[in-house]
Amino acid sequence: MATRTKPTRGQQLQEAINYPLDWVEERSGLVGGIKYFLFRKVPGDVNWFQTLGSATFTAFLVQALTGVILAMYYKPDPKDAYSSIQHITNDIFAGWLVRGMHRWGASVFIILMFMHMGRVFLFGAYKFPRELNWIIGVLLLAMGLGEGFTGYLLPWDQTSYWATVVGININGTAPFLGPFLAQFLQGGTYINADTLSRFYAIHMLMIPGAIAALIGLHMYLVIRLGVTSPPWSKEAAGTGPLEQPSQNGTARSGLTRPGTRKDGR
Amino acid sequence: MQPTHNDEHPHVPGPSIWPAGFAVGVVVLLVGLIVSWYVVGLGALIALAFGFLWVRDLTTGSSLTEAPAVAPEGGRSESATGAAIPADRGEAAAVPGDRYPRSKFLELSTLGLGGVIGGLVSAPAIGFMVAPAFLKQGVKDHDIGPITDYPEGKFVVATYMSDANQGEVSRRTAFVRNNGQLNGQPSFTIISNHCAHLGCPVQPNGPLDTPNGKQYHDVSLIPTISIAGFGCPCHGGQYDTEGNRTSGPPVRALDRYSFSIRNGNLFVGKPYSVSHVDGAGSGAKIHKWTLAFPGEHVNGIESWLYPIQPPH
Ligand code: HEM
Ligand code: FES
Repeated sequence: MATRTKPTRGQQLQEAINYPLDWVEERSGLVGGIKYFLFRKVPGDVNWFQTLGSATFTAFLVQALTGVILAMYYKPDPKDAYSSIQHITNDIFAGWLVRGMHRWGASVFIILMFMHMGRVFLFGAYKFPRELNWIIGVLLLAMGLGEGFTGYLLPWDQTSYWATVVGININGTAPFLGPFLAQFLQGGTYINADTLSRFYAIHMLMIPGAIAALIGLHMYLVIRLGVTSPPWSKEAAGTGPLEQPSQNGTARSGLTRPGTRKDGR
Repeated sequence: MQPTHNDEHPHVPGPSIWPAGFAVGVVVLLVGLIVSWYVVGLGALIALAFGFLWVRDLTTGSSLTEAPAVAPEGGRSESATGAAIPADRGEAAAVPGDRYPRSKFLELSTLGLGGVIGGLVSAPAIGFMVAPAFLKQGVKDHDIGPITDYPEGKFVVATYMSDANQGEVSRRTAFVRNNGQLNGQPSFTIISNHCAHLGCPVQPNGPLDTPNGKQYHDVSLIPTISIAGFGCPCHGGQYDTEGNRTSGPPVRALDRYSFSIRNGNLFVGKPYSVSHVDGAGSGAKIHKWTLAFPGEHVNGIESWLYPIQPPH
């Protein structure tokens, strides 16, 4: 009978860690999926600017987390909203910090969205086959701005109230449907008792849900299509297998889709 | 599978009597609209039943007519009635294209049922979200105190709670001026404080006589001493004492309210928009339009951008 060597501590530890992971992997394939996501191939010359998307995502996560906690103390009612914000800021432990993170984080999120969009634009990363991801990005941008607009009313102080009046009326000046949009937003001809809770529901439930779903789609496409190299890359963009002009001629060659160049490269 | 489109033998449905039954159902339904709801239900049932049969007919090929002449679909040569399928192979073995296959039926009915359920759930929910913003709008006339509280020729800043159920959010401010008599009737100018640019609260340009302010129920009345017009704190829009825009971004004059007098008390009525006012005081000619949101032109070419206003 062969003597079994006693496993070393390191091996024991590794096994202890691996056991639950293997358990999950065997039943769901999730570990493999995450590994695939983290260790997928990207061009060798990717750039720091390509981290802006992940930075935006992180900012969104911060907003989601701090927002959920603020919701435990905030009261979306014209009578209580302002005082509940004062209570959060002045009385509740770390309330000033969480509120501050959410308030400043909102600006960070929006700025990062624009910077990420700028990098995608300047790198030409919106071109075939990534047009759809640009379109999803535009929807995300609109949703992000919507978050900013609806969230600004919630402190229910003079600045937020009148800024929202002006914002709603700017919507109202859109041609044809503008008046209906404005009336829908404020839930009536004038700002009324329901306007605040309406904005709150849109701010904390509707738009974040839509953003989360759209980010899922956005990331699916990023993984499926891979990221682009910078424009100065030696591995010229437009030569990867996915970016060859399609053979069956169903896709139109044009501005957004690199065709074969004149010089034959 | 769906019939593959075979150009030589296009799939033509055979004649069928189901459409006639469907039509009868629709007629019964329409008659029911006048006669009674039960008849509507009966008509709907007839129409649904025949409609179902009709659709099934279209998708399977007619069962009423023997139609061996219709081309076998998918290039098969057996007759479309399915008689050629051996009994032991049953439906599941039906050759694709020969009959309307069960999997297709299940697929479509899953989609259809899902759609119906989704619609049934979301229609009332979306209605609940959208409709209240447009239904039961409009304001009730509001009592803002005895007319004797309004000295002739002076603006009074009247702030009142337009809907007690809603509380402070429903506070509105109007600038009220007693113009004296016009043809033996009292005349008032009631200007809304909603800036015609984007809705900020317009302020009187001049000192207020706060110590002589009055309180009447939910209304606070503060007389002005003498004002040169109105100004907006947000983007600097300026108006004269008739509410005409004199400078800045506003696109029209300030909105006004209609008024009525009951038992010696002044009531603010419906708000309306004003493009401009000619003249001043009781003799002014006011160019009136239906209430529009701030920032929207009410006359001129730009007003074509806002052809319909939601019910205010
Ligand atoms: C909630 C906001 C957003 C999040 C969380 C987000 C996240 C990401 C991430 C993580 C990537 C991976 C590559 C990179 O980091 O550059 C990416 C790529 C991309 N994003 Fe976004 N994004 C957002 C908004 C936008 C906007 C506003 C646009 C443009 C209108 C956009 C367009 C794109 C495109 C076209 C790519 C593919 C770029 C490539 O493959 O090189 N995204 N996004
Ligand atoms: S809202 Fe009055 S000037 Fe802009």
